[in-house]
Amino acid sequence: MISFVDVSKKFNKLKALEQVTLDLQTAKSYALIGPNGSGKTTLIKTLLGLVLPTSGEILFDEKNIAHDWKYREKIGYMPQIGRYPDNMSIGQLVDMMKNIRQDPEKVDEELIDAFKLYKIYDKRMHALSGGTRQKVSAALAFLFNAPVLVLDEPTAGLDPVSVEILKEKIIAEKSRGKLLLITSHILNDLDELTSDVVYIFEGMLQYNNTIQALKEETNEKRLSKAIVTMIKQKELISSVTE
Amino acid sequence: MTRVIKYIFYDILRTRFIILYAAFLFISTCSLFQLDSDSNKVVLSLLNIVLMVVPLVSVVFTTIHFFNSYEFIELMLAQPVHRKFIFLGEYMSVAVSLCMAYIIGIGVPSLLFSADSSAITLLFTGIILTLVFVSLAFLSSVLTRDKAKAIGIALLFWFYFSLLYDGLLLWVVYSFPDYPLEKVTLALIAFNPVDLARIIMLLQLDISALMGYTGAFYKEFFGSNTGMIFSTSILILWIILPIWAALRIFLKKDL
Repeated sequence: MISFVDVSKKFNKLKALEQVTLDLQTAKSYALIGPNGSGKTTLIKTLLGLVLPTSGEILFDEKNIAHDWKYREKIGYMPQIGRYPDNMSIGQLVDMMKNIRQDPEKVDEELIDAFKLYKIYDKRMHALSGGTRQKVSAALAFLFNAPVLVLDEPTAGLDPVSVEILKEKIIAEKSRGKLLLITSHILNDLDELTSDVVYIFEGMLQYNNTIQALKEETNEKRLSKAIVTMIKQKELISSVTE
Repeated sequence: MTRVIKYIFYDILRTRFIILYAAFLFISTCSLFQLDSDSNKVVLSLLNIVLMVVPLVSVVFTTIHFFNSYEFIELMLAQPVHRKFIFLGEYMSVAVSLCMAYIIGIGVPSLLFSADSSAITLLFTGIILTLVFVSLAFLSSVLTRDKAKAIGIALLFWFYFSLLYDGLLLWVVYSFPDYPLEKVTLALIAFNPVDLARIIMLLQLDISALMGYTGAFYKEFFGSNTGMIFSTSILILWIILPIWAALRIFLKKDL
Protein backbone atom coordinates (compact mmCIF):
# COMPACT_ATOMS: atom_id res chain seq x y z
CA MET A 1 0.00 0.00 0.00
CA ILE A 2 2.88 2.34 0.85
CA SER A 3 6.30 1.98 -0.68
CA PHE A 4 9.45 3.97 -0.14
CA VAL A 5 11.78 3.75 -3.13
CA ASP A 6 15.38 4.81 -2.50
CA VAL A 7 14.34 7.64 -0.22
CA SER A 8 17.19 9.80 1.01
CA LYS A 9 17.06 12.96 3.07
CA LYS A 10 19.88 15.30 3.96
CA PHE A 11 19.68 18.17 6.41
CA ASN A 12 22.64 20.22 5.27
CA LYS A 13 25.44 17.69 5.82
CA LEU A 14 23.58 15.38 8.15
CA LYS A 15 22.20 12.33 6.41
CA ALA A 16 18.88 11.59 8.10
CA LEU A 17 17.79 8.88 5.66
CA GLU A 18 19.92 6.96 3.23
CA GLN A 19 18.31 5.10 0.35
CA VAL A 20 15.50 3.59 2.34
CA THR A 21 13.48 1.11 0.31
CA LEU A 22 10.54 -0.29 2.18
CA ASP A 23 7.14 -1.78 1.40
CA LEU A 24 4.28 -1.48 3.84
CA GLN A 25 1.28 -3.68 3.20
CA THR A 26 -2.27 -3.22 4.29
CA ALA A 27 -3.63 -5.30 7.20
CA LYS A 28 -0.16 -5.46 8.72
CA SER A 29 1.19 -3.73 11.74
CA TYR A 30 4.75 -2.46 11.70
CA ALA A 31 7.00 -1.58 14.60
CA LEU A 32 9.47 1.09 13.53
CA ILE A 33 12.41 0.94 15.87
CA GLY A 34 15.90 2.37 16.12
CA PRO A 35 17.97 4.45 18.53
CA ASN A 36 17.35 8.16 19.12
CA GLY A 37 18.15 10.23 16.07
CA SER A 38 18.21 7.26 13.72
CA GLY A 39 15.64 8.78 11.37
CA LYS A 40 12.34 7.25 12.53
CA THR A 41 10.47 10.53 12.81
CA THR A 42 12.02 11.80 9.58
CA LEU A 43 10.77 8.68 7.81
CA ILE A 44 7.26 9.28 9.15
CA LYS A 45 7.41 12.95 8.23
CA THR A 46 8.42 12.17 4.66
CA LEU A 47 5.40 9.89 4.42
CA LEU A 48 3.16 12.77 5.54
CA GLY A 49 4.84 15.26 3.24
CA LEU A 50 6.03 17.40 6.15
CA VAL A 51 9.61 16.74 5.11
CA LEU A 52 10.42 16.48 1.42
CA PRO A 53 12.98 13.81 0.50
CA THR A 54 16.21 14.90 -1.19
CA SER A 55 15.91 12.00 -3.61
CA GLY A 56 13.74 8.95 -4.15
CA GLU A 57 9.99 8.70 -4.12
CA ILE A 58 7.18 7.51 -1.92
CA LEU A 59 4.18 5.74 -3.41
CA PHE A 60 0.81 5.60 -1.71
CA ASP A 61 -1.64 3.27 -3.41
CA GLU A 62 0.86 3.21 -6.29
CA LYS A 63 0.67 6.97 -6.71
CA ASN A 64 3.61 9.28 -6.07
CA ILE A 65 2.83 11.51 -3.11
CA ALA A 66 5.02 14.42 -4.24
CA HIS A 67 2.76 17.43 -4.92
CA ASP A 68 -0.23 15.38 -3.86
CA TRP A 69 -2.28 15.97 -0.71
CA LYS A 70 -5.45 13.96 -1.18
CA TYR A 71 -3.82 10.77 0.07
CA ARG A 72 -3.55 12.30 3.54
CA GLU A 73 -7.28 11.69 3.95
CA LYS A 74 -6.34 8.06 4.41
CA ILE A 75 -3.79 8.67 7.15
CA GLY A 76 -4.44 9.20 10.83
CA TYR A 77 -1.32 10.70 12.37
CA MET A 78 -0.38 10.98 16.00
CA PRO A 79 2.74 13.13 16.38
CA GLN A 80 5.45 12.55 18.95
CA ILE A 81 4.94 16.00 20.43
CA GLY A 82 1.48 17.32 19.68
CA ARG A 83 1.64 21.05 19.01
CA TYR A 84 -1.68 22.82 18.74
CA PRO A 85 -2.87 26.43 18.47
CA ASP A 86 -2.61 27.79 21.99
CA ASN A 87 -5.82 29.72 22.37
CA MET A 88 -8.09 27.08 20.94
CA SER A 89 -10.12 24.80 23.21
CA ILE A 90 -10.24 21.02 22.79
CA GLY A 91 -13.82 21.21 21.52
CA GLN A 92 -12.96 23.85 18.93
CA LEU A 93 -9.96 21.82 17.81
CA VAL A 94 -12.09 18.69 17.30
CA ASP A 95 -14.73 20.72 15.44
CA MET A 96 -12.08 22.30 13.26
CA MET A 97 -10.57 18.96 12.33
CA LYS A 98 -14.01 17.64 11.41
CA ASN A 99 -14.58 20.76 9.34
CA ILE A 100 -11.27 20.52 7.49
CA ARG A 101 -11.85 16.93 6.44
CA GLN A 102 -14.44 17.13 3.72
CA ASP A 103 -16.20 13.84 4.43
CA PRO A 104 -16.58 13.21 8.13
CA GLU A 105 -19.29 10.60 7.47
CA LYS A 106 -18.30 8.06 10.05
CA VAL A 107 -16.46 9.76 12.83
CA ASP A 108 -14.95 7.50 15.44
CA GLU A 109 -15.25 9.23 18.82
CA GLU A 110 -14.50 6.14 20.89
CA LEU A 111 -11.25 7.50 22.27
CA ILE A 112 -12.77 10.89 23.12
CA ASP A 113 -15.30 9.02 25.23
CA ALA A 114 -12.77 6.59 26.69
CA PHE A 115 -10.38 9.37 27.73
CA LYS A 116 -13.35 11.46 28.97
CA LEU A 117 -12.16 14.39 26.89
CA TYR A 118 -15.67 15.79 26.48
CA LYS A 119 -15.54 16.76 30.17
CA ILE A 120 -12.75 19.24 29.47
CA TYR A 121 -13.97 20.35 26.04
CA ASP A 122 -13.72 24.05 26.87
CA LYS A 123 -10.16 23.89 28.24
CA ARG A 124 -7.63 25.82 26.19
CA MET A 125 -4.78 23.86 24.61
CA HIS A 126 -2.02 25.80 26.38
CA ALA A 127 -3.48 24.86 29.78
CA LEU A 128 -3.19 21.13 29.12
CA SER A 129 -0.62 18.80 30.65
CA GLY A 130 1.67 16.77 28.41
CA GLY A 131 -0.34 13.61 28.98
CA THR A 132 -3.68 15.24 28.18
CA ARG A 133 -2.20 16.67 25.00
CA GLN A 134 -1.09 13.17 24.11
CA LYS A 135 -4.67 11.95 24.66
CA VAL A 136 -5.96 14.67 22.35
CA SER A 137 -3.40 13.68 19.70
CA ALA A 138 -4.48 10.05 19.97
CA ALA A 139 -8.18 10.92 19.77
CA LEU A 140 -7.58 13.05 16.66
CA ALA A 141 -5.52 10.33 14.95
CA PHE A 142 -8.33 7.79 15.32
CA LEU A 143 -11.16 10.27 14.69
CA PHE A 144 -11.60 9.75 10.96
CA ASN A 145 -11.37 5.99 10.66
CA ALA A 146 -8.39 6.30 8.35
CA PRO A 147 -7.15 3.04 6.78
CA VAL A 148 -3.55 3.92 7.66
CA LEU A 149 -2.53 4.87 11.19
CA VAL A 150 0.85 6.39 11.91
CA LEU A 151 1.62 6.61 15.61
CA ASP A 152 4.85 8.25 16.76
CA GLU A 153 5.55 7.14 20.34
CA PRO A 154 1.86 6.75 21.19
CA THR A 155 2.22 5.62 24.81
CA ALA A 156 4.93 8.07 25.93
CA GLY A 157 3.72 10.28 28.77
CA LEU A 158 0.39 8.54 29.31
CA ASP A 159 -0.75 7.15 32.64
CA PRO A 160 -1.09 3.32 32.92
CA VAL A 161 -4.90 3.33 32.60
CA SER A 162 -4.79 5.47 29.45
CA VAL A 163 -2.00 3.33 28.00
CA GLU A 164 -4.27 0.30 28.34
CA ILE A 165 -7.20 2.12 26.72
CA LEU A 166 -5.01 3.21 23.82
CA LYS A 167 -3.49 -0.25 23.38
CA GLU A 168 -6.92 -1.87 23.30
CA LYS A 169 -7.96 0.64 20.66
CA ILE A 170 -4.86 -0.03 18.58
CA ILE A 171 -5.42 -3.81 18.76
CA ALA A 172 -9.08 -3.32 17.77
CA GLU A 173 -8.09 -1.24 14.74
CA LYS A 174 -5.40 -3.76 13.82
CA SER A 175 -7.98 -6.55 13.76
CA ARG A 176 -10.11 -4.41 11.41
CA GLY A 177 -7.37 -4.77 8.81
CA LYS A 178 -5.75 -1.36 9.03
CA LEU A 179 -2.14 -0.62 8.25
CA LEU A 180 -0.34 0.50 11.38
CA LEU A 181 3.07 2.06 11.68
CA ILE A 182 4.14 2.50 15.29
CA THR A 183 7.37 3.78 16.75
CA SER A 184 8.18 3.23 20.37
CA HIS A 185 11.03 2.56 22.71
CA ILE A 186 8.84 0.41 24.93
CA LEU A 187 9.41 -2.87 23.16
CA ASN A 188 7.03 -4.87 25.34
CA ASP A 189 4.19 -2.71 24.04
CA LEU A 190 5.22 -3.36 20.46
CA ASP A 191 5.24 -7.11 21.08
CA GLU A 192 1.48 -6.98 21.63
CA LEU A 193 0.64 -4.36 19.04
CA THR A 194 2.67 -5.23 15.96
CA SER A 195 3.38 -8.11 13.66
CA ASP A 196 6.44 -6.86 11.77
CA VAL A 197 9.70 -5.17 12.70
CA VAL A 198 11.38 -2.41 10.72
CA TYR A 199 14.73 -1.48 12.22
CA ILE A 200 16.61 1.57 11.07
CA PHE A 201 20.00 2.73 12.21
CA GLU A 202 21.77 5.94 11.17
CA GLY A 203 19.21 6.50 8.46
CA MET A 204 19.64 3.11 6.87
CA LEU A 205 17.15 0.26 6.83
CA GLN A 206 18.76 -2.64 8.68
CA TYR A 207 16.03 -5.20 9.16
CA ASN A 208 12.52 -5.79 7.87
CA ASN A 209 10.71 -9.00 8.68
CA THR A 210 7.99 -10.43 10.90
CA ILE A 211 8.46 -10.50 14.66
CA GLN A 212 8.04 -14.27 14.55
CA ALA A 213 10.94 -14.61 12.10
CA LEU A 214 13.12 -12.31 14.20
CA LYS A 215 12.45 -14.36 17.32
CA GLU A 216 13.30 -17.58 15.52
CA GLU A 217 16.48 -16.15 14.02
CA THR A 218 17.74 -15.00 17.38
CA ASN A 219 16.34 -17.85 19.48
CA GLU A 220 14.70 -15.42 21.87
CA LYS A 221 11.17 -15.50 23.23
CA ARG A 222 10.74 -11.81 23.95
CA LEU A 223 10.89 -9.06 21.37
CA SER A 224 13.12 -6.82 23.48
CA LYS A 225 15.74 -9.56 23.92
CA ALA A 226 15.46 -10.55 20.26
CA ILE A 227 16.16 -7.00 19.11
CA VAL A 228 19.13 -6.57 21.40
CA THR A 229 20.55 -9.88 20.09
CA MET A 230 19.90 -8.82 16.51
CA ILE A 231 21.72 -5.51 17.06
CA LYS A 232 24.68 -7.31 18.63
CA GLN A 233 24.83 -9.74 15.72
CA LYS A 234 24.82 -6.85 13.26
CA GLU A 235 27.61 -5.14 15.18
CA LEU A 236 29.62 -8.34 15.18
CA ILE A 237 29.17 -8.81 11.44
CA SER A 238 30.15 -5.22 10.67
CA SER A 239 33.24 -5.42 12.88
CA VAL A 240 34.33 -8.60 11.13
CA THR A 241 33.79 -7.21 7.63
CA GLU A 242 35.64 -4.00 8.48
CA MET B 1 -9.45 26.99 1.71
CA THR B 2 -12.27 29.17 3.03
CA ARG B 3 -12.50 26.93 6.11
CA VAL B 4 -8.81 27.42 6.79
CA ILE B 5 -9.15 31.19 6.39
CA LYS B 6 -12.10 31.22 8.76
CA TYR B 7 -10.12 29.68 11.59
CA ILE B 8 -7.04 31.85 11.10
CA PHE B 9 -9.27 34.92 10.97
CA TYR B 10 -10.92 34.07 14.30
CA ASP B 11 -7.51 33.54 15.79
CA ILE B 12 -6.24 36.96 14.66
CA LEU B 13 -9.31 38.78 15.95
CA ARG B 14 -8.84 37.12 19.32
CA THR B 15 -5.37 38.64 19.77
CA ARG B 16 -6.83 42.17 20.20
CA PHE B 17 -3.76 43.68 18.58
CA ILE B 18 -5.70 44.46 15.42
CA ILE B 19 -8.37 46.27 17.44
CA LEU B 20 -5.75 48.36 19.23
CA TYR B 21 -4.12 49.23 15.91
CA ALA B 22 -7.44 50.34 14.41
CA ALA B 23 -8.21 52.38 17.54
CA PHE B 24 -4.80 54.08 17.40
CA LEU B 25 -5.29 55.08 13.75
CA PHE B 26 -8.87 56.18 14.42
CA ILE B 27 -7.92 58.42 17.33
CA SER B 28 -4.98 60.04 15.55
CA THR B 29 -7.04 60.70 12.41
CA CYS B 30 -9.92 62.23 14.36
CA SER B 31 -7.62 64.42 16.46
CA LEU B 32 -5.76 65.67 13.36
CA PHE B 33 -9.03 66.63 11.73
CA GLN B 34 -10.09 68.52 14.86
CA LEU B 35 -6.77 70.40 15.03
CA ASP B 36 -6.82 71.70 11.47
CA SER B 37 -9.65 72.74 9.22
CA ASP B 38 -7.68 72.48 5.97
CA SER B 39 -8.27 68.92 4.93
CA ASN B 40 -5.29 68.91 2.54
CA LYS B 41 -2.92 69.68 5.40
CA VAL B 42 -4.51 66.95 7.50
CA VAL B 43 -4.09 64.44 4.71
CA LEU B 44 -0.43 65.47 4.45
CA SER B 45 0.11 64.87 8.18
CA LEU B 46 -1.73 61.57 7.91
CA LEU B 47 0.50 60.64 4.98
CA ASN B 48 3.54 60.82 7.25
CA ILE B 49 1.86 58.48 9.74
CA VAL B 50 0.83 56.12 6.97
CA LEU B 51 4.30 55.98 5.44
CA MET B 52 6.01 55.17 8.75
CA VAL B 53 3.51 53.37 10.94
CA VAL B 54 1.61 51.22 8.43
CA PRO B 55 4.68 49.38 7.05
CA LEU B 56 6.15 48.95 10.54
CA VAL B 57 2.98 47.51 12.04
CA SER B 58 2.45 45.30 8.98
CA VAL B 59 5.89 43.69 9.11
CA VAL B 60 6.01 43.20 12.88
CA PHE B 61 2.47 41.86 13.21
CA THR B 62 2.84 39.52 10.22
CA THR B 63 6.09 37.91 11.35
CA ILE B 64 4.90 37.49 14.93
CA HIS B 65 1.62 36.01 13.73
CA PHE B 66 3.36 33.62 11.34
CA PHE B 67 5.59 32.20 14.04
CA ASN B 68 2.77 32.05 16.58
CA SER B 69 0.70 29.99 14.17
CA TYR B 70 3.53 27.59 13.40
CA GLU B 71 1.73 24.89 15.36
CA PHE B 72 -1.43 25.50 13.39
CA ILE B 73 0.49 25.25 10.10
CA GLU B 74 2.11 22.01 11.23
CA LEU B 75 -1.24 20.57 12.21
CA MET B 76 -2.83 21.55 8.88
CA LEU B 77 0.04 20.11 6.86
CA ALA B 78 -0.66 16.62 8.23
CA GLN B 79 -4.28 16.98 7.07
CA PRO B 80 -5.58 16.57 3.53
CA VAL B 81 -5.05 20.22 2.66
CA HIS B 82 -2.78 21.56 -0.05
CA ARG B 83 0.28 23.46 1.19
CA LYS B 84 -0.52 26.31 -1.15
CA PHE B 85 -3.94 26.80 0.43
CA ILE B 86 -2.52 26.88 3.93
CA PHE B 87 0.02 29.51 2.97
CA LEU B 88 -2.30 31.66 0.90
CA GLY B 89 -4.94 31.29 3.61
CA GLU B 90 -2.47 32.71 6.13
CA TYR B 91 -1.62 35.56 3.77
CA MET B 92 -5.23 36.42 3.01
CA SER B 93 -6.34 36.45 6.60
CA VAL B 94 -3.43 38.58 7.81
CA ALA B 95 -3.74 40.98 4.87
CA VAL B 96 -7.51 41.31 5.16
CA SER B 97 -7.45 41.93 8.90
CA LEU B 98 -4.70 44.58 8.66
CA CYS B 99 -6.49 46.28 5.75
CA MET B 100 -9.75 46.26 7.68
CA ALA B 101 -8.07 47.88 10.67
CA TYR B 102 -6.63 50.52 8.34
CA ILE B 103 -9.96 51.21 6.64
CA ILE B 104 -11.74 51.53 9.97
CA GLY B 105 -8.93 53.59 11.53
CA ILE B 106 -8.15 56.03 8.73
CA GLY B 107 -10.69 55.47 5.98
CA VAL B 108 -13.90 55.93 7.94
CA PRO B 109 -12.99 59.17 9.78
CA SER B 110 -11.27 60.83 6.80
CA LEU B 111 -14.21 60.04 4.52
CA LEU B 112 -16.55 61.42 7.18
CA PHE B 113 -14.60 64.66 7.64
CA SER B 114 -13.69 65.27 4.01
CA ALA B 115 -14.65 62.85 1.28
CA ASP B 116 -12.48 64.14 -1.54
CA SER B 117 -10.09 62.51 -3.99
CA SER B 118 -7.02 63.03 -1.79
CA ALA B 119 -8.63 61.11 1.09
CA ILE B 120 -9.48 58.29 -1.29
CA THR B 121 -5.92 58.26 -2.65
CA LEU B 122 -4.58 58.11 0.91
CA LEU B 123 -6.84 55.15 1.61
CA PHE B 124 -5.69 53.43 -1.56
CA THR B 125 -1.95 53.95 -0.97
CA GLY B 126 -2.25 52.80 2.64
CA ILE B 127 -3.93 49.55 1.62
CA ILE B 128 -1.34 48.91 -1.09
CA LEU B 129 1.50 49.60 1.35
CA THR B 130 -0.04 47.21 3.89
CA LEU B 131 -0.18 44.46 1.27
CA VAL B 132 3.39 45.10 0.12
CA PHE B 133 4.82 44.89 3.61
CA VAL B 134 2.75 41.85 4.56
CA SER B 135 4.25 40.14 1.49
CA LEU B 136 7.76 41.15 2.48
CA ALA B 137 7.19 39.96 6.04
CA PHE B 138 5.97 36.57 4.80
CA LEU B 139 9.12 36.32 2.71
CA SER B 140 11.32 37.00 5.72
CA SER B 141 9.31 34.50 7.80
CA VAL B 142 9.91 31.59 5.43
CA LEU B 143 13.59 32.44 4.97
CA THR B 144 14.48 31.32 8.47
CA ARG B 145 13.23 29.04 11.24
CA ASP B 146 14.15 31.48 13.96
CA LYS B 147 11.50 33.96 15.07
CA ALA B 148 13.96 36.63 16.20
CA LYS B 149 15.91 36.42 12.94
CA ALA B 150 12.72 36.69 10.90
CA ILE B 151 11.57 39.78 12.78
CA GLY B 152 15.06 41.19 12.29
CA ILE B 153 14.93 40.67 8.53
CA ALA B 154 11.42 42.10 8.36
CA LEU B 155 12.46 45.19 10.34
CA LEU B 156 15.45 45.56 8.05
CA PHE B 157 13.07 45.72 5.08
CA TRP B 158 11.13 48.45 6.82
CA PHE B 159 14.25 50.36 7.88
CA TYR B 160 15.73 50.10 4.40
CA PHE B 161 12.68 51.24 2.49
CA SER B 162 11.52 53.91 4.94
CA LEU B 163 14.85 55.51 5.83
CA LEU B 164 17.97 54.17 4.14
CA TYR B 165 16.77 54.12 0.55
CA ASP B 166 16.02 57.86 0.52
CA GLY B 167 19.50 58.60 1.79
CA LEU B 168 21.09 56.43 -0.88
CA LEU B 169 18.99 58.09 -3.57
CA LEU B 170 20.00 61.57 -2.39
CA TRP B 171 23.62 60.48 -2.31
CA VAL B 172 23.39 59.32 -5.94
CA VAL B 173 21.77 62.59 -7.03
CA TYR B 174 24.35 64.71 -5.20
CA SER B 175 27.31 62.67 -6.39
CA PHE B 176 26.44 63.06 -10.07
CA PRO B 177 25.01 66.57 -10.36
CA ASP B 178 26.44 67.08 -13.86
CA TYR B 179 24.48 64.24 -15.39
CA PRO B 180 20.82 64.20 -16.43
CA LEU B 181 19.49 61.90 -13.73
CA GLU B 182 15.72 62.33 -14.11
CA LYS B 183 15.12 59.02 -15.81
CA VAL B 184 17.59 57.23 -13.53
CA THR B 185 15.95 58.50 -10.33
CA LEU B 186 12.58 57.68 -11.80
CA ALA B 187 13.75 54.11 -12.32
CA LEU B 188 15.38 53.97 -8.89
CA ILE B 189 12.16 55.10 -7.22
CA ALA B 190 10.39 52.09 -8.69
CA PHE B 191 12.60 49.98 -6.42
CA ASN B 192 11.11 51.51 -3.31
CA PRO B 193 7.38 50.95 -2.66
CA VAL B 194 7.30 53.62 0.08
CA ASP B 195 8.61 56.26 -2.34
CA LEU B 196 6.11 55.23 -4.99
CA ALA B 197 3.28 55.61 -2.51
CA ARG B 198 4.61 58.97 -1.33
CA ILE B 199 4.83 60.29 -4.89
CA ILE B 200 1.35 59.16 -5.83
CA MET B 201 0.10 60.99 -2.76
CA LEU B 202 2.14 64.21 -3.21
CA LEU B 203 1.05 64.53 -6.81
CA GLN B 204 -2.53 64.09 -5.75
CA LEU B 205 -2.15 66.88 -3.17
CA ASP B 206 -0.66 69.11 -5.90
CA ILE B 207 2.34 70.25 -3.88
CA SER B 208 4.80 68.78 -6.35
CA ALA B 209 5.89 72.35 -7.09
CA LEU B 210 7.77 72.06 -3.79
CA MET B 211 9.76 69.23 -5.24
CA GLY B 212 11.72 71.41 -7.70
CA TYR B 213 12.87 70.40 -11.11
CA THR B 214 12.66 66.64 -10.56
CA GLY B 215 9.25 67.23 -9.05
CA ALA B 216 8.12 68.89 -12.24
CA PHE B 217 9.51 66.00 -14.20
CA TYR B 218 7.62 63.54 -12.01
CA LYS B 219 4.50 65.59 -12.40
CA GLU B 220 4.90 65.37 -16.13
CA PHE B 221 5.42 61.64 -15.94
CA PHE B 222 3.37 60.48 -12.98
CA GLY B 223 0.64 63.12 -13.21
CA SER B 224 -0.57 61.73 -16.49
CA ASN B 225 -2.83 58.71 -16.45
CA THR B 226 -0.11 56.45 -17.80
CA GLY B 227 2.08 57.54 -14.88
CA MET B 228 -0.59 56.54 -12.38
CA ILE B 229 -1.08 53.18 -14.07
CA PHE B 230 2.69 52.69 -14.19
CA SER B 231 3.25 53.38 -10.50
CA THR B 232 0.25 51.34 -9.41
CA SER B 233 1.31 48.35 -11.45
CA ILE B 234 4.84 48.56 -10.03
CA LEU B 235 3.32 48.56 -6.55
CA ILE B 236 1.22 45.52 -7.43
CA LEU B 237 4.42 43.81 -8.57
CA TRP B 238 5.82 44.67 -5.14
CA ILE B 239 2.92 42.73 -3.62
CA ILE B 240 3.03 39.73 -5.93
CA LEU B 241 6.77 39.08 -6.29
CA PRO B 242 7.67 38.66 -2.58
CA ILE B 243 4.62 36.51 -1.83
CA TRP B 244 5.31 34.39 -4.90
CA ALA B 245 8.93 33.88 -3.83
CA ALA B 246 7.76 33.11 -0.29
CA LEU B 247 5.26 30.55 -1.59
CA ARG B 248 7.95 28.86 -3.68
CA ILE B 249 10.16 28.53 -0.61
CA PHE B 250 7.30 27.39 1.61
CA LEU B 251 6.31 24.61 -0.81
CA LYS B 252 9.78 23.11 -0.44
CA LYS B 253 10.26 23.78 3.26
CA ASP B 254 10.74 21.00 5.81
CA LEU B 255 8.62 21.40 8.90
